[in-house]
Amino acid sequence: MTTAVLSRPAAAAPSPVTRATGETRWVRWILISVALGFLALVLVLPLVLVFVQAFAKGLPTYWEAIAESDALSAAKLTLLVAAIAVPANLIFGIAAAWCIAKFEFPGRHLLITLIDLPFAVSPVISGMIFVLLFGSQGWFGPWLAEHDIKIIFAVPGIVLATTFVTAPFVARELIPLMQEQGSEEEEAAIVLGAGGWQTFFRVTLPNIKWGLLYGLILCNARAMGEFGAVSVVSGHIRGETNTLPLHVEILYNEYAFAASFAVASLLTFLALITLALKTLVEWQQRRAMSNRAEPISPTERIAA
Amino acid sequence: MRSKSRSVLPGFGLSLGITCTYLSLVVLLPLTTVFTRTAELSGAAFWSTVTDPRVMASYRVTFGASFVAALVNTVFGLLVAWVLVRYRFPGRRVVDAMVDLPFALPTAVAGIALTTLYASNGWIGSYLEPLGLKVSYTWLGITVALSFIGLPFVVRTVQPVLDDLEVEVEEAAASLGAGRWQTFTKVVFPTVAPALLTGFALAFARAIGEYGSVVFISGNMPMKTEIVPLLIITKLEQYDYAGATAVALVMLVASFALLLTINLLQWAARRRAAA
Repeated sequence: MTTAVLSRPAAAAPSPVTRATGETRWVRWILISVALGFLALVLVLPLVLVFVQAFAKGLPTYWEAIAESDALSAAKLTLLVAAIAVPANLIFGIAAAWCIAKFEFPGRHLLITLIDLPFAVSPVISGMIFVLLFGSQGWFGPWLAEHDIKIIFAVPGIVLATTFVTAPFVARELIPLMQEQGSEEEEAAIVLGAGGWQTFFRVTLPNIKWGLLYGLILCNARAMGEFGAVSVVSGHIRGETNTLPLHVEILYNEYAFAASFAVASLLTFLALITLALKTLVEWQQRRAMSNRAEPISPTERIAA
Repeated sequence: MRSKSRSVLPGFGLSLGITCTYLSLVVLLPLTTVFTRTAELSGAAFWSTVTDPRVMASYRVTFGASFVAALVNTVFGLLVAWVLVRYRFPGRRVVDAMVDLPFALPTAVAGIALTTLYASNGWIGSYLEPLGLKVSYTWLGITVALSFIGLPFVVRTVQPVLDDLEVEVEEAAASLGAGRWQTFTKVVFPTVAPALLTGFALAFARAIGEYGSVVFISGNMPMKTEIVPLLIITKLEQYDYAGATAVALVMLVASFALLLTINLLQWAARRRAAA
Protein backbone atom coordinates (compact mmCIF):
# COMPACT_ATOMS: atom_id res chain seq x y z
CA MET A 1 0.00 0.00 0.00
CA THR A 2 2.62 2.52 1.11
CA THR A 3 5.02 1.48 -1.59
CA ALA A 4 2.31 1.92 -4.16
CA VAL A 5 1.75 5.50 -3.01
CA LEU A 6 5.46 6.23 -2.93
CA SER A 7 6.13 4.74 -6.32
CA ARG A 8 3.42 6.81 -7.98
CA PRO A 9 4.97 9.38 -10.33
CA ALA A 10 5.00 12.85 -8.78
CA ALA A 11 3.15 14.46 -11.66
CA ALA A 12 0.13 12.24 -11.19
CA ALA A 13 -0.09 12.83 -7.44
CA PRO A 14 -2.59 15.75 -7.41
CA SER A 15 -5.19 13.93 -9.46
CA PRO A 16 -6.96 12.04 -6.62
CA VAL A 17 -7.09 15.33 -4.68
CA THR A 18 -8.80 17.25 -7.44
CA ARG A 19 -11.16 14.35 -7.95
CA ALA A 20 -12.19 14.40 -4.28
CA THR A 21 -12.96 18.13 -4.32
CA GLY A 22 -14.04 18.59 -7.90
CA GLU A 23 -17.19 17.65 -9.75
CA THR A 24 -17.48 14.89 -12.26
CA ARG A 25 -16.94 15.94 -15.83
CA TRP A 26 -20.63 16.02 -16.74
CA VAL A 27 -21.71 18.01 -13.66
CA ARG A 28 -19.00 20.52 -14.46
CA TRP A 29 -20.11 20.63 -18.08
CA ILE A 30 -23.74 21.24 -17.10
CA LEU A 31 -22.86 24.00 -14.61
CA ILE A 32 -20.65 25.80 -17.13
CA SER A 33 -23.31 25.55 -19.86
CA VAL A 34 -26.11 26.81 -17.61
CA ALA A 35 -24.01 29.73 -16.37
CA LEU A 36 -22.80 30.69 -19.84
CA GLY A 37 -26.27 30.20 -21.32
CA PHE A 38 -27.73 32.48 -18.66
CA LEU A 39 -25.10 35.15 -19.27
CA ALA A 40 -25.55 34.93 -23.03
CA LEU A 41 -29.28 35.42 -22.62
CA VAL A 42 -29.08 38.20 -20.03
CA LEU A 43 -25.95 40.12 -21.05
CA VAL A 44 -24.88 39.31 -24.59
CA LEU A 45 -28.25 39.24 -26.32
CA PRO A 46 -29.23 42.84 -25.33
CA LEU A 47 -25.79 43.98 -26.47
CA VAL A 48 -26.12 42.31 -29.86
CA LEU A 49 -29.65 43.65 -30.20
CA VAL A 50 -28.49 47.26 -29.76
CA PHE A 51 -26.12 47.01 -32.71
CA VAL A 52 -28.48 45.00 -34.92
CA GLN A 53 -31.30 47.52 -34.35
CA ALA A 54 -28.92 50.44 -34.84
CA PHE A 55 -27.96 49.23 -38.30
CA ALA A 56 -31.39 47.79 -39.15
CA LYS A 57 -32.15 50.59 -41.59
CA GLY A 58 -28.68 50.69 -43.09
CA LEU A 59 -25.57 52.72 -42.60
CA PRO A 60 -26.93 56.04 -44.00
CA THR A 61 -29.77 56.10 -41.43
CA TYR A 62 -27.29 55.26 -38.71
CA TRP A 63 -24.97 58.04 -39.76
CA GLU A 64 -27.84 60.50 -40.09
CA ALA A 65 -29.03 59.71 -36.56
CA ILE A 66 -25.68 60.32 -34.91
CA ALA A 67 -24.63 63.28 -37.08
CA GLU A 68 -27.93 65.09 -36.64
CA SER A 69 -27.62 68.43 -34.83
CA ASP A 70 -29.69 67.47 -31.76
CA ALA A 71 -27.63 64.31 -31.34
CA LEU A 72 -24.41 66.28 -31.67
CA SER A 73 -25.47 68.86 -29.12
CA ALA A 74 -26.52 66.02 -26.78
CA ALA A 75 -23.08 64.46 -27.20
CA LYS A 76 -21.43 67.82 -26.51
CA LEU A 77 -23.49 68.32 -23.37
CA THR A 78 -22.68 64.81 -22.15
CA LEU A 79 -18.96 65.47 -22.62
CA LEU A 80 -19.23 68.86 -20.92
CA VAL A 81 -21.05 67.41 -17.90
CA ALA A 82 -18.47 64.64 -17.52
CA ALA A 83 -15.64 67.16 -17.96
CA ILE A 84 -16.89 69.07 -14.91
CA ALA A 85 -18.25 66.30 -12.68
CA VAL A 86 -15.34 63.88 -13.04
CA PRO A 87 -12.46 66.28 -12.15
CA ALA A 88 -14.52 67.69 -9.25
CA ASN A 89 -15.03 64.21 -7.84
CA LEU A 90 -11.39 63.38 -8.49
CA ILE A 91 -10.21 66.20 -6.23
CA PHE A 92 -12.84 65.30 -3.65
CA GLY A 93 -11.87 61.62 -3.81
CA ILE A 94 -8.16 62.29 -3.31
CA ALA A 95 -8.80 64.73 -0.43
CA ALA A 96 -11.20 62.32 1.26
CA ALA A 97 -8.87 59.35 0.87
CA TRP A 98 -5.89 61.35 2.15
CA CYS A 99 -7.53 62.45 5.40
CA ILE A 100 -9.32 59.15 6.04
CA ALA A 101 -6.48 56.78 5.17
CA LYS A 102 -3.50 58.72 6.51
CA PHE A 103 -4.93 60.12 9.76
CA GLU A 104 -6.97 58.90 12.70
CA PHE A 105 -9.72 61.21 13.89
CA PRO A 106 -13.10 60.84 15.56
CA GLY A 107 -15.94 60.51 13.07
CA ARG A 108 -13.79 58.80 10.45
CA HIS A 109 -16.22 55.93 10.02
CA LEU A 110 -19.18 58.28 9.88
CA LEU A 111 -17.42 60.17 7.09
CA ILE A 112 -16.93 56.96 5.09
CA THR A 113 -20.65 56.16 5.44
CA LEU A 114 -21.63 59.70 4.37
CA ILE A 115 -19.43 59.46 1.28
CA ASP A 116 -21.31 56.29 0.31
CA LEU A 117 -24.73 57.91 0.67
CA PRO A 118 -25.31 58.84 -2.99
CA PHE A 119 -25.08 55.13 -3.90
CA ALA A 120 -27.99 54.37 -1.58
CA VAL A 121 -30.22 57.08 -3.01
CA SER A 122 -32.48 56.41 -5.98
CA PRO A 123 -31.38 58.35 -9.08
CA VAL A 124 -34.82 59.94 -9.20
CA ILE A 125 -34.45 61.26 -5.65
CA SER A 126 -30.92 62.45 -6.51
CA GLY A 127 -32.45 64.66 -9.16
CA MET A 128 -35.43 65.67 -7.05
CA ILE A 129 -33.33 67.14 -4.23
CA PHE A 130 -31.84 69.68 -6.63
CA VAL A 131 -35.31 70.65 -7.80
CA LEU A 132 -36.22 71.19 -4.14
CA LEU A 133 -33.15 73.38 -3.71
CA PHE A 134 -33.06 75.38 -6.92
CA GLY A 135 -36.47 74.85 -8.57
CA SER A 136 -38.99 77.69 -8.82
CA GLN A 137 -40.60 76.52 -5.55
CA GLY A 138 -37.26 75.53 -4.00
CA TRP A 139 -35.21 77.06 -1.18
CA PHE A 140 -33.19 79.29 -3.48
CA GLY A 141 -35.86 79.48 -6.19
CA PRO A 142 -37.10 83.05 -5.56
CA TRP A 143 -33.56 84.41 -5.15
CA LEU A 144 -32.41 82.72 -8.39
CA ALA A 145 -35.44 84.05 -10.27
CA GLU A 146 -34.69 87.55 -9.01
CA HIS A 147 -31.15 87.35 -10.32
CA ASP A 148 -32.21 85.62 -13.51
CA ILE A 149 -30.11 82.51 -12.90
CA LYS A 150 -31.41 79.20 -14.20
CA ILE A 151 -30.17 75.99 -12.60
CA ILE A 152 -33.06 73.58 -12.94
CA PHE A 153 -34.07 72.72 -16.53
CA ALA A 154 -30.64 74.06 -17.49
CA VAL A 155 -27.06 72.85 -17.72
CA PRO A 156 -25.96 73.68 -14.11
CA GLY A 157 -28.69 71.42 -12.71
CA ILE A 158 -27.55 68.54 -14.90
CA VAL A 159 -23.95 69.06 -13.77
CA LEU A 160 -24.98 69.18 -10.10
CA ALA A 161 -27.17 66.06 -10.25
CA THR A 162 -24.44 64.14 -12.11
CA THR A 163 -21.80 65.28 -9.60
CA PHE A 164 -23.99 64.09 -6.72
CA VAL A 165 -24.59 60.68 -8.28
CA THR A 166 -20.92 60.08 -9.15
CA ALA A 167 -19.38 61.61 -5.98
CA PRO A 168 -18.39 58.33 -4.25
CA PHE A 169 -16.60 56.57 -7.13
CA VAL A 170 -13.01 57.83 -6.77
CA ALA A 171 -13.09 58.10 -2.96
CA ARG A 172 -14.43 54.59 -2.59
CA GLU A 173 -11.68 53.16 -4.75
CA LEU A 174 -8.85 55.11 -3.06
CA ILE A 175 -9.78 54.82 0.64
CA PRO A 176 -9.27 51.04 1.01
CA LEU A 177 -6.23 51.11 -1.27
CA MET A 178 -4.48 53.89 0.68
CA GLN A 179 -5.44 52.35 4.02
CA GLU A 180 -3.83 49.12 2.94
CA GLN A 181 -0.66 50.85 1.77
CA GLY A 182 -0.21 52.71 5.06
CA SER A 183 1.78 55.92 5.33
CA GLU A 184 5.31 54.67 6.01
CA GLU A 185 6.61 55.65 2.60
CA GLU A 186 5.18 59.17 2.86
CA GLU A 187 6.54 59.55 6.39
CA ALA A 188 9.96 58.51 5.17
CA ALA A 189 9.81 61.09 2.38
CA ILE A 190 8.79 63.87 4.80
CA VAL A 191 11.52 62.91 7.28
CA LEU A 192 14.03 63.04 4.42
CA GLY A 193 12.96 66.62 3.77
CA ALA A 194 10.42 66.38 0.96
CA GLY A 195 7.59 68.90 0.92
CA GLY A 196 3.94 67.91 1.21
CA TRP A 197 3.05 68.26 -2.47
CA GLN A 198 6.36 66.74 -3.52
CA THR A 199 5.59 63.73 -1.32
CA PHE A 200 2.14 63.42 -2.80
CA PHE A 201 3.24 63.62 -6.43
CA ARG A 202 6.44 61.57 -6.09
CA VAL A 203 5.45 58.93 -3.52
CA THR A 204 1.68 58.65 -3.11
CA LEU A 205 0.53 59.20 -6.69
CA PRO A 206 2.73 56.50 -8.25
CA ASN A 207 1.45 54.05 -5.63
CA ILE A 208 -2.23 54.80 -6.17
CA LYS A 209 -2.23 55.52 -9.91
CA TRP A 210 -3.99 52.31 -10.96
CA GLY A 211 -6.65 52.56 -8.29
CA LEU A 212 -7.14 56.20 -9.19
CA LEU A 213 -7.54 55.38 -12.87
CA TYR A 214 -9.98 52.62 -12.00
CA GLY A 215 -12.14 55.01 -10.00
CA LEU A 216 -11.96 57.61 -12.77
CA ILE A 217 -13.09 55.14 -15.43
CA LEU A 218 -16.12 54.05 -13.39
CA CYS A 219 -16.93 57.65 -12.45
CA ASN A 220 -16.79 58.75 -16.08
CA ALA A 221 -18.96 55.87 -17.30
CA ARG A 222 -21.65 56.72 -14.79
CA ALA A 223 -21.37 60.47 -15.45
CA MET A 224 -21.91 59.98 -19.18
CA GLY A 225 -24.62 57.36 -18.77
CA GLU A 226 -26.69 58.76 -15.91
CA PHE A 227 -30.35 58.86 -16.77
CA GLY A 228 -32.75 59.05 -13.81
CA ALA A 229 -31.24 61.99 -11.94
CA VAL A 230 -30.55 63.96 -15.10
CA SER A 231 -34.03 63.23 -16.42
CA VAL A 232 -35.61 64.99 -13.40
CA VAL A 233 -33.55 68.19 -13.65
CA SER A 234 -33.08 68.50 -17.40
CA GLY A 235 -36.50 69.54 -18.67
CA HIS A 236 -35.76 67.66 -21.92
CA ILE A 237 -35.20 70.71 -24.10
CA ARG A 238 -33.97 69.39 -27.43
CA GLY A 239 -30.62 70.74 -28.52
CA GLU A 240 -30.18 72.47 -25.16
CA THR A 241 -30.58 70.30 -22.07
CA ASN A 242 -30.56 66.83 -23.60
CA THR A 243 -27.74 64.48 -22.78
CA LEU A 244 -27.13 61.36 -24.88
CA PRO A 245 -29.16 59.01 -22.64
CA LEU A 246 -32.07 61.49 -22.66
CA HIS A 247 -31.81 61.79 -26.44
CA VAL A 248 -32.09 57.99 -26.67
CA GLU A 249 -35.28 58.16 -24.61
CA ILE A 250 -36.85 60.93 -26.70
CA LEU A 251 -36.15 59.17 -30.00
CA TYR A 252 -37.46 55.88 -28.60
CA ASN A 253 -40.67 57.49 -27.37
CA GLU A 254 -41.13 59.04 -30.83
CA TYR A 255 -40.91 55.51 -32.30
CA ALA A 256 -37.71 56.48 -34.13
CA PHE A 257 -36.28 53.11 -33.08
CA ALA A 258 -33.38 52.87 -35.53
CA ALA A 259 -32.19 56.37 -34.62
CA SER A 260 -32.68 55.68 -30.92
CA PHE A 261 -30.60 52.51 -31.09
CA ALA A 262 -28.00 54.28 -33.22
CA VAL A 263 -27.42 56.82 -30.46
CA ALA A 264 -27.66 54.00 -27.89
CA SER A 265 -24.92 52.14 -29.78
CA LEU A 266 -22.54 55.05 -29.05
CA LEU A 267 -23.24 54.66 -25.33
CA THR A 268 -22.91 50.89 -25.61
CA PHE A 269 -19.56 51.34 -27.29
CA LEU A 270 -18.55 53.59 -24.40
CA ALA A 271 -19.61 50.85 -21.95
CA LEU A 272 -17.51 48.25 -23.80
CA ILE A 273 -14.47 50.54 -23.77
CA THR A 274 -15.06 51.08 -20.06
CA LEU A 275 -15.11 47.32 -19.45
CA ALA A 276 -11.95 46.80 -21.50
CA LEU A 277 -10.07 49.61 -19.71
CA LYS A 278 -11.31 48.36 -16.36
CA THR A 279 -10.03 44.85 -17.05
CA LEU A 280 -6.70 46.25 -18.22
CA VAL A 281 -6.34 48.38 -15.09
CA GLU A 282 -7.28 45.46 -12.82
CA TRP A 283 -4.57 43.43 -14.48
CA GLN A 284 -1.99 46.22 -14.06
CA GLN A 285 -3.05 46.73 -10.47
CA ARG A 286 -2.53 43.07 -9.67
CA ARG A 287 0.89 43.22 -11.30
CA ALA A 288 1.81 46.36 -9.35
CA MET A 289 0.63 44.71 -6.13
CA SER A 290 2.76 41.62 -6.67
CA ASN A 291 5.75 43.87 -7.45
CA ARG A 292 5.14 45.83 -4.26
CA ALA A 293 4.94 42.61 -2.28
CA GLU A 294 8.66 42.13 -2.86
CA PRO A 295 10.45 42.99 0.34
CA ILE A 296 11.77 46.49 -0.21
CA SER A 297 10.74 48.18 3.01
CA PRO A 298 10.93 51.97 3.27
CA THR A 299 13.78 51.68 5.76
CA GLU A 300 15.76 49.65 3.26
CA ARG A 301 15.04 52.24 0.62
CA ILE A 302 16.37 54.98 2.89
CA ALA A 303 19.44 52.92 3.71
CA ALA A 304 20.15 52.36 0.03
CA MET B 1 -6.53 57.12 19.14
CA ARG B 2 -5.06 60.54 18.58
CA SER B 3 -1.51 59.36 18.13
CA LYS B 4 -1.73 59.18 14.35
CA SER B 5 -3.11 62.69 14.04
CA ARG B 6 0.22 63.94 15.35
CA SER B 7 1.61 62.27 12.27
CA VAL B 8 4.47 63.96 10.46
CA LEU B 9 2.34 64.00 7.32
CA PRO B 10 0.99 67.37 6.26
CA GLY B 11 -2.32 68.24 4.68
CA PHE B 12 -4.73 66.95 7.29
CA GLY B 13 -6.53 70.26 7.68
CA LEU B 14 -6.64 70.94 3.95
CA SER B 15 -7.88 67.49 2.93
CA LEU B 16 -10.44 67.24 5.74
CA GLY B 17 -11.60 70.76 4.94
CA ILE B 18 -12.10 70.02 1.25
CA THR B 19 -13.82 66.72 2.06
CA CYS B 20 -16.27 68.16 4.58
CA THR B 21 -17.09 71.29 2.55
CA TYR B 22 -17.63 69.35 -0.66
CA LEU B 23 -19.65 66.64 1.04
CA SER B 24 -21.83 69.20 2.80
CA LEU B 25 -22.51 71.26 -0.31
CA VAL B 26 -22.90 68.51 -2.90
CA VAL B 27 -24.41 65.67 -0.86
CA LEU B 28 -25.70 66.60 2.59
CA LEU B 29 -27.34 69.98 2.00
CA PRO B 30 -29.34 68.72 -1.01
CA LEU B 31 -30.39 65.59 0.90
CA THR B 32 -31.70 67.57 3.88
CA THR B 33 -34.34 69.14 1.60
CA VAL B 34 -36.18 65.80 1.62
CA PHE B 35 -36.52 66.03 5.40
CA THR B 36 -37.30 69.75 5.67
CA ARG B 37 -39.84 69.66 2.84
CA THR B 38 -41.63 66.69 4.40
CA ALA B 39 -41.62 68.43 7.78
CA GLU B 40 -43.82 71.12 6.23
CA LEU B 41 -46.58 68.51 5.93
CA SER B 42 -48.80 67.74 8.91
CA GLY B 43 -48.57 64.21 10.27
CA ALA B 44 -52.00 63.32 8.93
CA ALA B 45 -51.29 64.75 5.47
CA PHE B 46 -47.99 62.88 5.34
CA TRP B 47 -49.67 59.64 6.34
CA SER B 48 -52.47 59.93 3.81
CA THR B 49 -49.95 60.73 1.05
CA VAL B 50 -47.69 57.77 1.70
CA THR B 51 -50.56 55.30 2.24
CA ASP B 52 -52.64 56.42 -0.74
CA PRO B 53 -53.85 53.30 -2.66
CA ARG B 54 -51.89 54.22 -5.81
CA VAL B 55 -48.73 54.76 -3.73
CA MET B 56 -49.29 51.50 -1.83
CA ALA B 57 -49.68 49.67 -5.14
CA SER B 58 -46.38 51.14 -6.37
CA TYR B 59 -44.61 49.97 -3.17
CA ARG B 60 -45.91 46.46 -3.84
CA VAL B 61 -44.68 46.55 -7.44
CA THR B 62 -41.25 47.97 -6.56
CA PHE B 63 -40.53 45.88 -3.49
CA GLY B 64 -42.09 42.70 -4.92
CA ALA B 65 -40.26 42.83 -8.24
CA SER B 66 -37.00 43.87 -6.53
CA PHE B 67 -37.27 40.95 -4.12
CA VAL B 68 -37.87 38.40 -6.87
CA ALA B 69 -35.11 39.91 -9.02
CA ALA B 70 -32.66 39.82 -6.11
CA LEU B 71 -33.55 36.16 -5.53
CA VAL B 72 -32.91 35.36 -9.21
CA ASN B 73 -29.60 37.21 -8.91
CA THR B 74 -28.67 35.25 -5.80
CA VAL B 75 -29.22 31.87 -7.46
CA PHE B 76 -27.58 32.67 -10.79
CA GLY B 77 -24.97 34.95 -9.23
CA LEU B 78 -23.73 32.09 -7.06
CA LEU B 79 -23.68 29.76 -10.08
CA VAL B 80 -21.77 32.26 -12.23
CA ALA B 81 -19.30 33.05 -9.42
CA TRP B 82 -18.74 29.33 -8.82
CA VAL B 83 -18.14 28.57 -12.48
CA LEU B 84 -15.78 31.56 -12.87
CA VAL B 85 -13.73 30.70 -9.76
CA ARG B 86 -13.63 26.92 -9.96
CA TYR B 87 -13.53 25.95 -13.62
CA ARG B 88 -11.18 26.77 -16.45
CA PHE B 89 -12.71 27.13 -19.89
CA PRO B 90 -11.86 29.11 -23.01
CA GLY B 91 -13.05 32.73 -22.81
CA ARG B 92 -13.28 32.74 -19.02
CA ARG B 93 -11.57 36.13 -18.68
CA VAL B 94 -13.86 37.74 -21.23
CA VAL B 95 -16.92 36.32 -19.45
CA ASP B 96 -15.54 37.57 -16.14
CA ALA B 97 -15.17 41.08 -17.56
CA MET B 98 -18.64 40.95 -19.14
CA VAL B 99 -20.28 40.39 -15.74
CA ASP B 100 -19.78 44.11 -15.04
CA LEU B 101 -21.69 45.14 -18.16
CA PRO B 102 -24.82 46.18 -16.20
CA PHE B 103 -22.61 48.58 -14.18
CA ALA B 104 -21.11 50.10 -17.32
CA LEU B 105 -24.10 50.18 -19.66
CA PRO B 106 -26.25 53.32 -19.29
CA THR B 107 -29.58 52.28 -17.81
CA ALA B 108 -31.61 53.86 -20.61
CA VAL B 109 -29.80 51.71 -23.16
CA ALA B 110 -30.44 48.58 -21.09
CA GLY B 111 -34.08 49.64 -20.82
CA ILE B 112 -34.78 50.02 -24.52
CA ALA B 113 -32.76 46.90 -25.42
CA LEU B 114 -34.62 44.69 -22.92
CA THR B 115 -38.00 46.11 -23.92
CA THR B 116 -37.35 45.37 -27.60
CA LEU B 117 -35.99 41.92 -26.77
CA TYR B 118 -39.03 40.90 -24.70
CA ALA B 119 -41.76 42.67 -26.70
CA SER B 120 -44.27 40.29 -28.31
CA ASN B 121 -42.42 40.60 -31.64
CA GLY B 122 -38.96 40.59 -30.05
CA TRP B 123 -36.20 37.98 -30.25
CA ILE B 124 -37.18 36.43 -26.91
CA GLY B 125 -40.72 37.75 -26.53
CA SER B 126 -41.93 36.10 -29.75
CA TYR B 127 -41.03 32.70 -28.28
CA LEU B 128 -42.67 33.44 -24.94
CA GLU B 129 -45.89 34.88 -26.36
CA PRO B 130 -47.27 31.50 -27.63
CA LEU B 131 -46.64 30.12 -24.13
CA GLY B 132 -48.94 32.81 -22.76
CA LEU B 133 -46.06 34.73 -21.19
CA LYS B 134 -46.13 38.46 -21.71
CA VAL B 135 -42.97 40.11 -20.41
CA SER B 136 -42.67 43.63 -21.79
CA TYR B 137 -45.16 46.07 -20.21
CA THR B 138 -45.93 43.67 -17.35
CA TRP B 139 -44.71 42.97 -13.84
CA LEU B 140 -42.52 40.21 -15.27
CA GLY B 141 -40.73 42.76 -17.45
CA ILE B 142 -39.87 44.88 -14.42
CA THR B 143 -38.38 41.80 -12.78
CA VAL B 144 -36.34 41.00 -15.90
CA ALA B 145 -34.90 44.54 -16.01
CA LEU B 146 -34.09 44.49 -12.29
CA SER B 147 -32.43 41.07 -12.63
CA PHE B 148 -30.22 42.53 -15.35
CA ILE B 149 -28.95 45.47 -13.30
CA GLY B 150 -28.51 43.49 -10.06
CA LEU B 151 -26.48 40.55 -11.33
CA PRO B 152 -22.94 41.95 -10.81
CA PHE B 153 -23.64 42.73 -7.14
CA VAL B 154 -24.04 39.07 -6.17
CA VAL B 155 -21.27 37.75 -8.44
CA ARG B 156 -18.76 40.36 -7.24
CA THR B 157 -19.49 39.84 -3.52
CA VAL B 158 -19.41 36.03 -3.69
CA GLN B 159 -16.40 35.67 -6.02
CA PRO B 160 -13.66 36.75 -3.55
CA VAL B 161 -15.10 34.54 -0.80
CA LEU B 162 -15.11 31.50 -3.08
CA ASP B 163 -11.58 32.41 -4.13
CA ASP B 164 -10.37 32.43 -0.51
CA LEU B 165 -12.10 29.18 0.37
CA GLU B 166 -9.43 26.72 1.42
CA VAL B 167 -9.44 23.51 -0.58
CA GLU B 168 -8.15 21.69 2.52
CA VAL B 169 -11.53 22.04 4.23
CA GLU B 170 -13.29 20.46 1.28
CA GLU B 171 -10.62 17.75 1.15
CA ALA B 172 -11.21 17.03 4.83
CA ALA B 173 -14.94 16.74 4.23
CA ALA B 174 -14.36 14.44 1.27
CA SER B 175 -11.89 12.26 3.15
CA LEU B 176 -14.39 11.94 6.01
CA GLY B 177 -16.77 10.42 3.51
CA ALA B 178 -18.91 13.39 2.49
CA GLY B 179 -20.24 13.32 -1.03
CA ARG B 180 -19.68 16.28 -3.32
CA TRP B 181 -23.21 17.65 -2.81
CA GLN B 182 -22.97 17.13 0.96
CA THR B 183 -19.64 18.97 1.01
CA PHE B 184 -21.24 21.81 -0.88
CA THR B 185 -24.31 22.16 1.34
CA LYS B 186 -22.50 21.56 4.65
CA VAL B 187 -19.11 23.18 4.05
CA VAL B 188 -19.06 25.52 1.09
CA PHE B 189 -22.53 27.02 1.36
CA PRO B 190 -22.33 28.10 5.05
CA THR B 191 -19.03 29.88 4.30
CA VAL B 192 -20.44 31.70 1.29
CA ALA B 193 -23.83 32.45 2.88
CA PRO B 194 -22.95 35.83 4.48
CA ALA B 195 -21.51 37.11 1.17
CA LEU B 196 -24.55 35.77 -0.65
CA LEU B 197 -26.84 37.61 1.76
CA THR B 198 -24.83 40.82 1.31
CA GLY B 199 -25.04 40.43 -2.47
CA PHE B 200 -28.79 39.90 -2.20
CA ALA B 201 -29.17 43.05 -0.07
CA LEU B 202 -27.03 45.11 -2.46
CA ALA B 203 -28.99 43.94 -5.51
CA PHE B 204 -32.27 44.58 -3.69
CA ALA B 205 -31.17 48.07 -2.60
CA ARG B 206 -30.16 48.96 -6.14
CA ALA B 207 -33.40 47.54 -7.54
CA ILE B 208 -35.80 49.54 -5.38
CA GLY B 209 -34.32 52.83 -6.60
CA GLU B 210 -33.84 51.81 -10.22
CA TYR B 211 -35.53 53.94 -12.84
CA GLY B 212 -33.85 54.02 -16.27
CA SER B 213 -33.83 50.34 -17.14
CA VAL B 214 -37.33 49.76 -15.80
CA VAL B 215 -39.32 52.69 -17.10
CA PHE B 216 -39.33 51.51 -20.72
CA ILE B 217 -40.28 47.89 -20.06
CA SER B 218 -42.76 48.44 -17.23
CA GLY B 219 -45.67 49.92 -19.19
CA ASN B 220 -46.25 52.32 -16.31
CA MET B 221 -49.88 51.49 -15.58
CA PRO B 222 -50.98 53.07 -12.30
CA MET B 223 -51.92 50.45 -9.68
CA LYS B 224 -50.38 47.68 -11.81
CA THR B 225 -46.92 48.32 -13.21
CA GLU B 226 -46.04 51.71 -11.78
CA ILE B 227 -42.79 51.72 -9.80
CA VAL B 228 -42.15 54.15 -6.93
CA PRO B 229 -39.40 56.20 -8.68
CA LEU B 230 -41.78 56.82 -11.60
CA LEU B 231 -44.55 57.87 -9.22
CA ILE B 232 -42.16 60.39 -7.65
CA ILE B 233 -41.38 61.84 -11.09
CA THR B 234 -45.08 61.97 -11.96
CA LYS B 235 -45.80 63.90 -8.76
CA LEU B 236 -42.92 66.29 -9.48
CA GLU B 237 -44.22 66.92 -12.98
CA GLN B 238 -47.61 67.80 -11.49
CA TYR B 239 -45.80 70.23 -9.14
CA ASP B 240 -46.97 68.11 -6.18
CA TYR B 241 -43.60 68.69 -4.47
CA ALA B 242 -44.88 67.80 -0.99
CA GLY B 243 -46.32 64.50 -2.22
CA ALA B 244 -43.16 63.61 -4.14
CA THR B 245 -40.96 64.38 -1.14
CA ALA B 246 -43.13 62.39 1.26
CA VAL B 247 -42.91 59.27 -0.92
CA ALA B 248 -39.19 59.93 -1.48
CA LEU B 249 -38.70 60.05 2.29
CA VAL B 250 -40.25 56.60 2.67
CA MET B 251 -37.89 55.28 -0.01
CA LEU B 252 -34.87 57.02 1.55
CA VAL B 253 -35.63 55.48 4.94
CA ALA B 254 -35.97 52.05 3.30
CA SER B 255 -32.65 52.54 1.47
CA PHE B 256 -30.81 53.71 4.58
CA ALA B 257 -32.19 50.78 6.58
CA LEU B 258 -30.88 48.46 3.87
CA LEU B 259 -27.51 50.22 3.84
CA LEU B 260 -27.29 49.75 7.61
CA THR B 261 -28.21 46.07 7.27
CA ILE B 262 -25.55 45.60 4.60
CA ASN B 263 -22.91 47.25 6.81
CA LEU B 264 -23.92 45.08 9.78
CA LEU B 265 -23.79 41.96 7.59
CA GLN B 266 -20.31 42.83 6.38
CA TRP B 267 -19.17 43.66 9.90
CA ALA B 268 -20.50 40.32 11.15
CA ALA B 269 -18.79 38.49 8.29
CA ARG B 270 -15.47 40.19 9.07
CA ARG B 271 -15.78 39.25 12.73
CA ARG B 272 -16.48 35.66 11.80
CA ALA B 273 -13.49 35.66 9.48
CA ALA B 274 -11.29 37.10 12.23
CA ALA B 275 -12.51 34.61 14.85
